[in-house]
Amino acid sequence: MSRSSGWAREAQAVFAKDCLLELRTRVALGAVVLFAVTSVVAAGFALAPPSGVAGDVKAALLWVVIFFAAVAGLSRVFVVEEETRTADALRLAVSPVGVFVGKLAFNTVLMWVLCALTVPLYLVLLEAPVVHWGLFVVVTFLGSTALACATTAVAAIVAKASMRGALFGVLSFPVALPPLLVAIHGTKAAWMANAGWRAAIGDIHVLVGFMLVIVPASLLVFEHIWSD
Amino acid sequence: MTWQIELRRVGKVFNDRPVLRGISASVCSPGAWTILGPNGSGKSTLLRIIAGLLTPTDGEVLYLRNGERLNAQQRRQAVGMVAPDIALYRPLTALENLRFLARARGMHLRDPQLLELLEQVQLRQRAHDPVATFSTGMVQRLKLLTALVHRPPVLLLDEPGSNLDEAGMEFIRLIVREQAKHGIVIVATNDTREMDYGEPLIRLGA
Repeated sequence: MSRSSGWAREAQAVFAKDCLLELRTRVALGAVVLFAVTSVVAAGFALAPPSGVAGDVKAALLWVVIFFAAVAGLSRVFVVEEETRTADALRLAVSPVGVFVGKLAFNTVLMWVLCALTVPLYLVLLEAPVVHWGLFVVVTFLGSTALACATTAVAAIVAKASMRGALFGVLSFPVALPPLLVAIHGTKAAWMANAGWRAAIGDIHVLVGFMLVIVPASLLVFEHIWSD
Repeated sequence: MTWQIELRRVGKVFNDRPVLRGISASVCSPGAWTILGPNGSGKSTLLRIIAGLLTPTDGEVLYLRNGERLNAQQRRQAVGMVAPDIALYRPLTALENLRFLARARGMHLRDPQLLELLEQVQLRQRAHDPVATFSTGMVQRLKLLTALVHRPPVLLLDEPGSNLDEAGMEFIRLIVREQAKHGIVIVATNDTREMDYGEPLIRLGA
């Protein structure tokens, strides 16, 4: 029997436990996929050619679907521990950093699964014209990861609040709006023949910078919120 | 190795209502102690403060190992706790719960070792069943095992015998006796059957 220490090992354990719980219950995945697929199919039937809409509207619609699907599932990652009275078991065994990083990893993977299911369906149903595929994949990857960071940060802050539903909405607005707007702009650039990487490089910088700021800031706040 | 827990004028206020005031006490390993008092007297709150789950409004709780003060991470490693409001993951099996909490605590135990531990609390046959299907006594035994899996020097028990039959009470008595040989056990209770688990440390009023 051996013993190791460190937040990375703790985060790995939390991530593995959350994945196992999700596979067993499918609560978050069910909420996310149901919302996303329903929205995409509805949009697909309403907006598909020949009635089609402009590329920038399609880009905005794609990210609105992803964002609201994420809010439906990812926001409960901390709340569920409080509701099932397992939060104290977690507090006793895992450092706040380990908990936050483990939950962030889980939400990020859930977000990638959501995008892997939603985006291809969206592109097919709405006949969205991707011109720069490399840029599209990078923006989708960074945008979804940034949204996962934003949603996890807000979910952590509101986990112990009594009016957490309303608070989540209020706090999500300023936190999630910057990466959402930038991801929409970057996706639009990937769909325009005369735009491409040059038009979206600033968006990529903003998305990476956003993550570099939001994660450490959330960690600092979370330690105080989670402990008491 | 000597372990010591020192409470220095600990107080807790919830919404302007003082629950604990100026509690001072000190315990040193090995041994078992009890925190006694009626319902609502603040026993669970005090135990949660000792465990580090609550921050006291006044005063502080110190953990000392050979006279040296521990930080939050070291204290977390030193404590195991069982309480009615600390639940296990009900959709997960006994083995999965134990595996997660062992790994989170940094214990690299293989499944055969974990199954051996489950055997010690008579849960080997139910290792692959979800905790949601367990009886109260089985859940309590699993909680005790998860609290002790990292071999903590400090064991905190809040009403450990609630809803247990005589066999369950005997099992807890055995755990307390074993832990008290080398570490610290603090039991919060108002159950007359549990008052002899250790020396009275603190008596709280209503």
